[in-house]
This record gives sequence, structure tokens and C-alpha cells, in this order.
Amino acid sequence: MGLRNTWRKLVNLVMFSLTGVCALVTVGVLFFILGYLLWYGGTSFSWTFLTHLPTPVGEPGGGMANAIVGSAKLLFLASAFGIPIGFLGGVYLAEFGGQTFSFVIRYTADLLNGVPSIVMGIFAFAIVVLPMKHFSTLAGSLALGVMMIPIAVRSTEEALRTVPLMLREGALALGASKWKTIATVAVPAARKGIITGIVLDIARVAGETAPLLFTAFSNRFWSPGWNQPTASLPVMVYTYAISAYDDWHRQAWAAGLVLLSLVLVANVVARLSFSRGSTR
Amino acid sequence: MAADDVKLRVSGLDFFYGPKQALFDIGVQILTNRITALIGPSGCGKSTFLRTLNRMYETLPHARAEGEILFDNEDLLAMDPVALRRRVGMVFQRPNPFPKSIFDNIAYGLRVNGTYRGAALHEKVEKSLRRAALWDEVKDSLHKSAYALSGGQQQRLCIARALAVDPEVLLLDEPCSALDPIATAKIEELLFSIQDQCTQVIVTHNMQQAARVADFTGFFLLGKLIEFNKTEVIFKTPAKKETEDYITGRFG
Repeated sequence: MGLRNTWRKLVNLVMFSLTGVCALVTVGVLFFILGYLLWYGGTSFSWTFLTHLPTPVGEPGGGMANAIVGSAKLLFLASAFGIPIGFLGGVYLAEFGGQTFSFVIRYTADLLNGVPSIVMGIFAFAIVVLPMKHFSTLAGSLALGVMMIPIAVRSTEEALRTVPLMLREGALALGASKWKTIATVAVPAARKGIITGIVLDIARVAGETAPLLFTAFSNRFWSPGWNQPTASLPVMVYTYAISAYDDWHRQAWAAGLVLLSLVLVANVVARLSFSRGSTR
Repeated sequence: MAADDVKLRVSGLDFFYGPKQALFDIGVQILTNRITALIGPSGCGKSTFLRTLNRMYETLPHARAEGEILFDNEDLLAMDPVALRRRVGMVFQRPNPFPKSIFDNIAYGLRVNGTYRGAALHEKVEKSLRRAALWDEVKDSLHKSAYALSGGQQQRLCIARALAVDPEVLLLDEPCSALDPIATAKIEELLFSIQDQCTQVIVTHNMQQAARVADFTGFFLLGKLIEFNKTEVIFKTPAKKETEDYITGRFG
């Protein structure tokens, strides 16, 4: 009996340690990456980095201001396109869908979510870049925007489903039409969840590189308007990292640091604002 | 009873949840500006019946009603449901204030119907809160969330919200079942005070409440309306044996 007990306790200890270690590894990897970025990129991260254009190849110095602005423009247009479609699609699924049709839409959205990002890139290349005969911010935004749709659909739908039927019935009973009920009661009640979903959606798409490689391509200079190729942080990381210049390598680390910081800040803000509850 | 005393005339009403029939051949006349109570054991169909009167069942995909309901001689089942619900209000079993301020809760129905704005809106909100005996308690915190109120206050808020649009009929689905006796008493007082302003139909599990509050009572059992008469008659000299058994507590 004593031996059994000891064995049981040993197994418990081993499992506890194993699961604990794995949990630590998970968290540790993030801190490791962050540490690496801070160490290698920290030196290049400066006001110059944030505000200057890249210098000619081979010359040290310069920054990634155009890539930062480029990423911002791409995300802005992608959101303007992807978020409303995803949001309204999610509203449809949560409020109107019949059984079969909803299932098909949801399944299709999940499939769309699983499409490799580089395939999205080829798609946008064929549809926008080829007819236009040049790379552009527009093409890049299209690829990113389409990637944003399925996530926005699912997170909007889930947020709306947490709103109790009772609230909707209360509005209907007062003589509100179905659309008014959705717009003035259901969506406001679910707004925290919806906004969190949108913020996380943008953060996720901010770091996508493959779709931009042959849509927005890249640019050593400012890219005015929407019709020209534009630099973006992820593509700059790629270009600089595989180059032969140490100075560029350091700048690539700094760009990675900027990207990761944006994603982290977005996640933390989203979680904090969501935890205050969704029905107040 | 003169014909224009009848607010809602129901005849041959059958109700189905998909293939399952929940109400069988209901026929009843609800009189204007009177309080009518519906009693019966759980699952007998009284809430289902109540919800046919403002067609709330339409939120469920497989529910349907057949038969005739006349609302002031208009076909209720064929009317525009939104127009219907502006004239027939409902208060639910558990308080369901919107996640908005107290003021915006009361103003919601008024804004949705679009008839009041600005100062007139404020007046209407104050009047509703006074009618619900809530004004003194909330007048300094109208912009606070409705969720800050107690359960009893929230339910009175919901009643005030329903009354703000001056409905002709008010349907109440066990409005006091989630409340303590003092809150219940306040709500019963409120219902008395508005009797001459609107027709009320109240579903209740509580027979003493029906006896206290209602002019007429209907007893439901297994989807059928077994008996309907003046409250006194139902409780003192019921005609059907099932009614008597329920009243005296032999079941339910």
C-alpha cells in the first residue's frame, strides 16, 4: 500500500512539473522574443528611425517612416473595407440566419480564415495588380481586408450572441422594429465584445507579410495616394533582414520591435477594456 | 356587457410550437380598462396565450397562431406587428432594463415612436416615473445606469417604460415572481392606480395576487381555458371541478 501511495505521488509530481514547465516555456518564448528584439533593435530604435526615410543602399542611417505610414494606410483602408462587411455579416448570422444558410456562411467564413495569406496575395495580384499594371496600396489593402472579414464576422456574431434574448424582447415589446432593436439595443449591449474583436483583428493583420509581397510590394520613398507601391513594416523586415548590411539588420530588428509592440499594446488594451463587462 | 366594452375578443385560438399544439380553441373576451388575471399550473399555456396578444411569439421560427383575435374589432393577427406592439405593451417576468441610463430606458419607447423630443420628452419621462412611484427615488440620478437600481425598482422601471408610450393594453407576465413581498405590494399598488388608463392582462402563479388585483380571472390547464369569470366567482363558486381542485390546492 505504501508503495502504491508513493508511486501515485510521484506520478502527480511529474505531471505537475511537466505541465508547469510547458506553461513556463509558452510564456517564456514570448519574453525571449521580446528580449531579443529589445536587445538587438533597441539601439536602432530612435527618433530618426521613426521619422526619416530610408537612405540609399549602403549608406548607414535613415529610418522607416514611410513603412510606418505605409502600414498605417494599408491597415486603414483594409479596415474600411473588411470591418463593415465582417460586422454586418456577423449581425446577419446572429440576428437573422436560418439553420442551413447560417451554417454554410459560418463554415465558409472559417474556410476563408484558413486560406494561406500568400494565396490571398496572389488573388489580389490577379484581380487588382494585373489590370492596373502596377503595385499599389489599394491591392495590398484588398488582400488584407479580405483576411479581416472572417474574423470580424465570427467575433461580431459571438459578441451579439451573448446579449440575452430578454433585452431584445424588451425593445420589440415597445414597438421597435427588428432593425431598430438590433441597432439601438443589441449592438450597443455587445459593443465591448465587438470592439475587442475589431482591435484584435487589426492587430493580427498588421503583421501579415506574404500578401503584401506582390500587392503593395515596397517603396524606398513616400507613397502618396493609393495607387502606388508602398513600404510596410513587415515587408521592410523581410527586405532588411536578408540583406548583407549590418545596419539594415539592426533596423529590421527595430521594425520587428515596433510591430510586436503594436500587437501587444492592442491586445492588452482590448483585454482590459473588455474585462469591464459587456452589459454596463 | 356592451360590445364596445370588449377590448380583445379571442375566438377559436389554436397555437403551435412546430408540430406540438400548445393552445386549444381558446375563446375569451378581455374587457376595456379592467384587470384580467390568468392562472394555472406551470406549463398550462397562460404565458403562451399572453404572448399571442402582442405577437411576441413571432421571434420564434416555428411558432404559429391560428384562429381569430379582434383588437377593437381589428384583426390582431394580420396587423403590422410593430404598430400592434405600440398599442399593446408588455412587462416580463424578470426585469429587463436596457444597459442605458434610467432616463434613456424610459425615453426609449418614446424615441422609437418618434413623437416626443426635447422638453416634451423630459416631461413624459418624469410623468412615467411619477406614475410608477419611482420619481422621488431616481430624480437625482436619471443619468445613472438602470442596473444600479434594485430588482423591485428595475421592475417598476420596466413598467414605467412600458407605460411611457401610453399603451391601450398592458400585458404582464408574472411581473412579481422575481421580487420580494414589499416590492410586490408596490407593484400591485401601481397596477391599481393605472386601472382606468389601460386594460391589463396579468399572468400570475400567485392565486392570492389574482384574488387581490383582478376583476376577472381565467383558469388555464393543459392548453385549454377551463373557466373564465369574475374573480369572485372563480374563487368562491367555481363551476368546473378542475378549477376548484386548483384553487383549493389539490394540484399545481
